[in-house]
Amino acid sequence: MNIHEYQAKQIFADHNIPIQAGIIIENAKDARQAAEKIGGNFWIVKAQIHAGGRGKGGGVKFAKSLDEVEKFASDILGMTLITHQTGPAGKLVKKVFIAEGIDIKKEYYLGMVLDRTSEMPVMMASTEGGMEIEKVAAETPEKIIKVGIDPLIGFQAFHARKLAFDLKFSKEQMKHFGKFAKALYEVYSKNDASLIEINPLVLTGEDTFLALDAKMGFDDNAMYRHADLRKMRDLDEEEPTELEAGKYGLSYVKLDGNVGCMVNGAGLAMSTMDIIKLSGGEPANFLDVGGAASAETVAKGFEIILKDKNVKAIFVNIFGGIVRCDRIANGILEATEKTNVKVPLVVRLDGTNSEEAEKILKAANINNIITASDLADGAQKVVNAASGVRS
Amino acid sequence: MSILVNKDSRVLVQGFTGKEGTFHARQCIEYGTNIVGGVTPGKGGQIHLGKPVFNSVQEAIEVVQADVSIIFVPPAFSADAVMEAAEAGIKVIVCITEGIPVADMMIAKKYVQKKKAILIGPNCPGIISAEEAKIGIMPGVVFKKGNVGVISKSGTLTYEAANQVVQAGLGITTAIGIGGDPIIGTTYIDLLKLFENDTETEAIVMIGEIGGDLEIQAAEYINKNITKPVVAFIAGQTAPKGKRMGHAGAIIAGSKGTAKEKMDALAAAGVHVVASPADIGKKVKEVLGVNYCHPE
Repeated sequence: MNIHEYQAKQIFADHNIPIQAGIIIENAKDARQAAEKIGGNFWIVKAQIHAGGRGKGGGVKFAKSLDEVEKFASDILGMTLITHQTGPAGKLVKKVFIAEGIDIKKEYYLGMVLDRTSEMPVMMASTEGGMEIEKVAAETPEKIIKVGIDPLIGFQAFHARKLAFDLKFSKEQMKHFGKFAKALYEVYSKNDASLIEINPLVLTGEDTFLALDAKMGFDDNAMYRHADLRKMRDLDEEEPTELEAGKYGLSYVKLDGNVGCMVNGAGLAMSTMDIIKLSGGEPANFLDVGGAASAETVAKGFEIILKDKNVKAIFVNIFGGIVRCDRIANGILEATEKTNVKVPLVVRLDGTNSEEAEKILKAANINNIITASDLADGAQKVVNAASGVRS
Repeated sequence: MSILVNKDSRVLVQGFTGKEGTFHARQCIEYGTNIVGGVTPGKGGQIHLGKPVFNSVQEAIEVVQADVSIIFVPPAFSADAVMEAAEAGIKVIVCITEGIPVADMMIAKKYVQKKKAILIGPNCPGIISAEEAKIGIMPGVVFKKGNVGVISKSGTLTYEAANQVVQAGLGITTAIGIGGDPIIGTTYIDLLKLFENDTETEAIVMIGEIGGDLEIQAAEYINKNITKPVVAFIAGQTAPKGKRMGHAGAIIAGSKGTAKEKMDALAAAGVHVVASPADIGKKVKEVLGVNYCHPE
C-alpha cells in the first residue's frame, strides 16, 4: 500500500519530523484561502498522485502571489499527469497540496527501504537531492551512502554519524540531522513501512533540516495492525481490475498481449506467461487463482480476464494437487457456462486425477474448449488459437 | 537417503486443531509422516487425529520428543510460533503460513539463527522426502522416489517440475519449497550444500523467480562448491518491471533482480539453465545421461 505526500507528512509531523505548513484542497476555489492561512509570500502547489516525477510532468508549481496559487491549483486539479512512473496513460489529479515556500540552502536525498540481501532496513542518503534517484544510482552509485540498521538494536547515534560525516555536515547540522534520522527510523519501524523517500530533504536558511517531499509505502502483510493507516488508502490510485481481483483473493496484473491466462500459484503463473512468449504469443495478464482453485475462483477469473477486450484466447493451466483435477474440470465447465466465455479456451489440467478431468471436458463437447496434455502443448495451442489458427 | 527430514523425523504440528492444520496434518499422516502430536495453546490434553495435543512446544518435546515442527498458525501469530519452536529446541521448523509481516520475520529469523535451528519458509509448500516424510502441503503422489533434489521458491511450479522429473523416468530424493517472501529462513546455498553431501542425490533442480538476489548468490556458490549437475529455471522472464517494488528497492538491487540477470549468472556458473518451464524434466534426464537409471 502507498499513500500520498500530504498523508506521509502528517505521519512525519506526528513523529516530530520537520515539514513545512500545508493544506490539502480538492477544489481550486479553496486555494487562495489555504495560501492565506499558511502565510508567507510564496507557495508550492503540488499535485497529489502516488507516482514520482510530478515536477517534470508539470504537477508542481512555485507561486509568487495568491493569484498564481489560484491559477496553478486550477490548472493542476483535473489534469492527467504523466510521469516516468505513471505509465503512458497518466493519472488524474484529484487533490492538490498547497505548501509554504521554504528558503532552501541545499538539497539532499534521504530514504529507507528493506535490503533483502542483508535482511535489515537500510537508510540511504545522497548529496544529489532533488534528482531522479534511480538515475543517480545507475550513473554514480558512489554518491549514495547506505547504512544498515539491525532491528535488534534499532537506530543508534553511530548510524547517524556515519551518514553525517559522509555528507560533510557541520557539527551543528550533524546534531539536527541525528534527531531527524532517528525520528525517520521510528516512522519506518512503528508503521511497518516498506519504503520512505524524502527527495529532497532540504537544509534551510536557519541550518535545520526539513522534509520538502515525502513518499511512503507499507508492508501489506502488516496492515491488519494499522487501522489508522488503512484509512489512508486511496482506491482511486489503484488499478480497478486488480482491486476487484484482490477482493476475491485472486492476484491479477494486466499486461499488453492477447493471450489470457489463468493459473494456480504465482510461480507457475509467471512461468505460464514465459512459455506463452517463448511459443510466439504475448501474455495478456498474470492471474494467480491461488494454490487451491475452485469453481468460484475460476468463474471470477474468467470474468476478470474477459474485461480486457484484447484477449483472443485463454490458457487455463492448473496443476491439481490436493484439489483434484476432476473437480476443477467440473468447476471450469460450470464457470464457462456462467460467464459465457466465447473465446477459445485451452485447458491443461495435470496432477491428481488428470485423466478423469480430460474425459469430463471431452464428454461435455463444448466447441471452444481445447484440451492440452502438458505445459508446452497447451502454450502452443493457445498461441495458435489467439492468432486464429485452429489446432 | 534424503536431506533435512526422513521417516524417523518426529513431527509436531503447530496450529494442529485449526482448519488448515487439521486438513494438511491428516494428509501428512496418510503419506506416512511420523506425526507425534500437535500444539494448540488452550487445548492441551485433547486428542486430535489420534495424536496428543499440547499447550506448548516445550511440553511436546518433553512428552513425545518432537524434533521437527510444521506451522499452520495465522500470520499475526506465526513469528511467535517460529520463535517458540526455536526456543524449545526444535531443529527443523517449517512455516507454511503466507502473509507474515516482514518486520516480524526479520526478528524471528535472527532468533532461529541464534538457536542454530533451520527454518524453511515462510510462505512455502514445505519439505518432502519422497516415500519417507511429507512435512508440507504438496500432493505427495507426484514425488516418486529417485535421485534428484529440488529447491524452489514456488509451490505449484515445484509440483510441475517434480512431475516432469518423474515423467522423464527419474525421481526425487527431497524437494524443498523455500518460500516466496522477501525474508525466508533458508536459502538455496544451505540446501545446495546438503544435497552436495547427500550420497543419493545425483542432480539438483533449482527453481527461482524475479526479485532479490538469492539466485545470484547461489550461482557464485555453485561455481565454487557444487560438483553435481544443477538444472535451473527462473520464472518471470516476461514480468513487468517495478510492479510491486518501490523504486528505492531498485536502488538496493541495482541491476540485480531480473530473470535475465539471474539466468546469465547461473549459466556462467556452469548451471544448465532452461528458458522454458516445460524443459526442466527433459534437461535433468539429458545431464544425467539418456540411459541413466536408478543404481539400485
